[in-house]
Amino acid sequence: MNLKLRIWRQKNANDTGGFFEFEATDISEDMSFLEMMDVVNQQLVKKDIDVIEFDHDCREGICGMCSMVINGAAHGPQRGVTTCQLHMRSFKDGDTITIEPFRAKSFPVVKDLKVDRSAFDRIQEAGGYISVDTGNAPDAHSIPVGKAEADRSFMAAACIGCGACVAACQNSSAMLFTGAKVAQYALLPQGQPEREKRVLNMVRTMDDMGFGNCTNTGACEMACPKEISLENIALMNREFLKASTSER
Amino acid sequence: MSLQSNEPNEPIDKMWENHKFKMQLVNPANRRKFKVIVVGTGLAGGAAAASLGEMGYNVESFCIQDSARRAHSIAAQGGINAAKNYPNDGDSIYRLFYDTVKGGDFRSRESNVYRLAQNSNLIIDHCVAQGVPFAREYGGMLTNRSFGGAQVSRTFYARGQTGQQLLLGAYSALMRQVDAGTVKMHTRHEMLDLVMVNGQARGIITRDIISGKIDKHAADVVVLCTGGYGNVYFLSTNAMNSNVTASWRCHKKGAFFANPCFTQIHPTCIPVSGDHQSKLTLMSESLRNDGRVWVPKEKGDKRAPNDIPEAERDYYLERIYPSFGNLVPRDVASRQAKFRVDEGRGVGKTGVAVYLDFADAIKRDGQDTISEKYGNLFQMYEQITGENPYKVPMKIYPAVHYTMGGLWVDYNLMSNLDGLFVGGEANFSDHGANRLGASALMQGLSDGYFILPNTVGNYLASQTLDPVSTEMPEFEQAVQESTAQIDRILGAKGSKTVDEFHRELGHIMWENVGMSRNRQGLSDAIQKIGDLKKSFWTDVKVTGDNKYINHELEKANRVADFLELGSLMAQDALNREESCGGHFREEHQTPEHEAKRDDENFSYVAAWEYSGDTAKLHKEELTFEHVKLATRSYK
Repeated sequence: MNLKLRIWRQKNANDTGGFFEFEATDISEDMSFLEMMDVVNQQLVKKDIDVIEFDHDCREGICGMCSMVINGAAHGPQRGVTTCQLHMRSFKDGDTITIEPFRAKSFPVVKDLKVDRSAFDRIQEAGGYISVDTGNAPDAHSIPVGKAEADRSFMAAACIGCGACVAACQNSSAMLFTGAKVAQYALLPQGQPEREKRVLNMVRTMDDMGFGNCTNTGACEMACPKEISLENIALMNREFLKASTSER
Repeated sequence: MSLQSNEPNEPIDKMWENHKFKMQLVNPANRRKFKVIVVGTGLAGGAAAASLGEMGYNVESFCIQDSARRAHSIAAQGGINAAKNYPNDGDSIYRLFYDTVKGGDFRSRESNVYRLAQNSNLIIDHCVAQGVPFAREYGGMLTNRSFGGAQVSRTFYARGQTGQQLLLGAYSALMRQVDAGTVKMHTRHEMLDLVMVNGQARGIITRDIISGKIDKHAADVVVLCTGGYGNVYFLSTNAMNSNVTASWRCHKKGAFFANPCFTQIHPTCIPVSGDHQSKLTLMSESLRNDGRVWVPKEKGDKRAPNDIPEAERDYYLERIYPSFGNLVPRDVASRQAKFRVDEGRGVGKTGVAVYLDFADAIKRDGQDTISEKYGNLFQMYEQITGENPYKVPMKIYPAVHYTMGGLWVDYNLMSNLDGLFVGGEANFSDHGANRLGASALMQGLSDGYFILPNTVGNYLASQTLDPVSTEMPEFEQAVQESTAQIDRILGAKGSKTVDEFHRELGHIMWENVGMSRNRQGLSDAIQKIGDLKKSFWTDVKVTGDNKYINHELEKANRVADFLELGSLMAQDALNREESCGGHFREEHQTPEHEAKRDDENFSYVAAWEYSGDTAKLHKEELTFEHVKLATRSYK
């Protein structure tokens, strides 16, 4: 198939940037979306034009590195997949595809489609962990965890930190990302001692990083390649409220 | 120079404990005075940096990704082994040790493997304490599944995302140390060189991937955990940015590269669909718990799989290996798939695939149970191939997945260069000629959490470390070399893209240094890679400059090293006149096409010293006192 691509190009964070048009010719439906981008980039090199920079790594939907907005949707039109898992059979011959970076104040553009998501690391540093030093932890079976809680915790822990939730949100809110991390630990017995401190610090850092608030549109859940549930935001709000009332 | 493995002279079951007791310690108050560089933030690097930070060392951690959480350990699917024996099926530390030495086809060091098996249990305890959500039974206890090469269930897992959950555990520990101020992170930084001062590793040179700036970093010790080199084949299950550059540049500075020809071809990957392919996707080995591998009995049978009656199918693994069946080790399963395809009994459009069928398991356990165990893998398969594996059998074929070879290390995980430690897939230490499934995560975390923090401390406490500064000529010279190479790449202004060179190299490697190798093919490979390397330096075309982010330049720098590594792999494979594990030399096989080892002449680690185009061989003899040398049989 042959496609027309409208791709956002921007030299660096300070450049204003704009859309440029490219042709993608002879694209097979078995190609992944990023393999289609590889083909375009190879042709650009031959023509002495700088390649379109985009982030990618594992190409299996798990590292969270790839990050494009395709036709207005973070990670493209399909639910529950990352850009790297999107295949060209989702498009048809003659389509025009618009490709942009994740757009959020807290994710400045590095170049073209690459953005800086280090704000997520700052949120994680603020409390996204259980404080246990390497050493002699008690036997794993000394901490039983009911299957239901373990499964819910796992569902939250499946977040890949890609930032699609932020890109999809009209407020550029990071509450799905933060809520998922808060929920993972709040649901486990191991996470109890730091439960209150964790949610307070992570939420405050999230605000400091310039992410917006949640207005319950659910756009984040729709865009999330791991289908992290909005329930995590509700859980985080409850945790935050409880922790702030008892905070001294 | 002779290679000293530095195994303590102690009984194997007490060796690590006694060794730890005899180690020199650094006083807690003094630890912050030592700077430790850790390169890579996968399971080994992330765990090492976090643990060293907890102990109070002044750690600098580097990764090429935009966040430490994205290292390729994240993509490991199936699980992590431990000798907990929770299922009460006869497992023990000794059995895990035994299985791993045997699985590695007797080409690993017994002492290292024993310690790995001992640490396996500590890893599970620690990860549970960290909040890693492993799969559990209704009673709240952890559950296990089976992996290849073992007859017990010792694999702990978190659906098909075990690597992700373990890595996020290590990442969260690392972020905690960043918050505590003991670890300083350098994301989007790529190591380009190692700096040696007075015979000690004292720093590294990096390139800031965003600004292109070449930076110098001085330290007291350097820990390299930069993963494997599977991408030398271009197509592999590795992440696109996984590369050998950090290891290779250390090799060029004098670190020996051990057993480079020991590569693992994983039997269950989604087959190649066309020339556009950029990488291959693994389907976890855990699927072989419930999936049955088969091909049609007739050559060239083009019927749809569900139209082929039971009697006309050949469940060849169950037929040839009745006791291990579909759970034979990876090297065996891969080779058998290749034999079926070579016989003309391959399936699918290309004929280069075999079936992995879940129909029986779905009938037995129900679709919900299968989906609970493998849901995300089935979904991934459907996404890539457009076929629903609940209804039609998966098509799979082997692909390059892991590299057992790597930089040579002693018992303390230190290379032959003082002060250069190597952990995880980047070292050669524990898997011999074939790694068993669910052992990579175990090794990465054992190295990172439990070995390196001890042995690095011992090194720091027992050395005389003169002050260093990045102003020293050694640093300046390394910067100049790295810059010169970049200028040379940018200056070539040739006609072929980096990917074209990489694909061509990958093709040579897969054809000649892949699943089966022979003398002629290996000699040809050395010749062809040599020619390709020459042409690379004159004909590579990289756009842009080194003043800002330039992915083509990053790739070119890496491919330059893959070209040199490819040659060494062929040289090592040519030297090893035997078949063992993943290294199958056609000249050395039994009448049943099983690997034929030559213990008399090749029971050694081949450690290669860099010296231009032809490397120099050093041997570390391997002795087996506990696991008796025997022909591996899974029949």
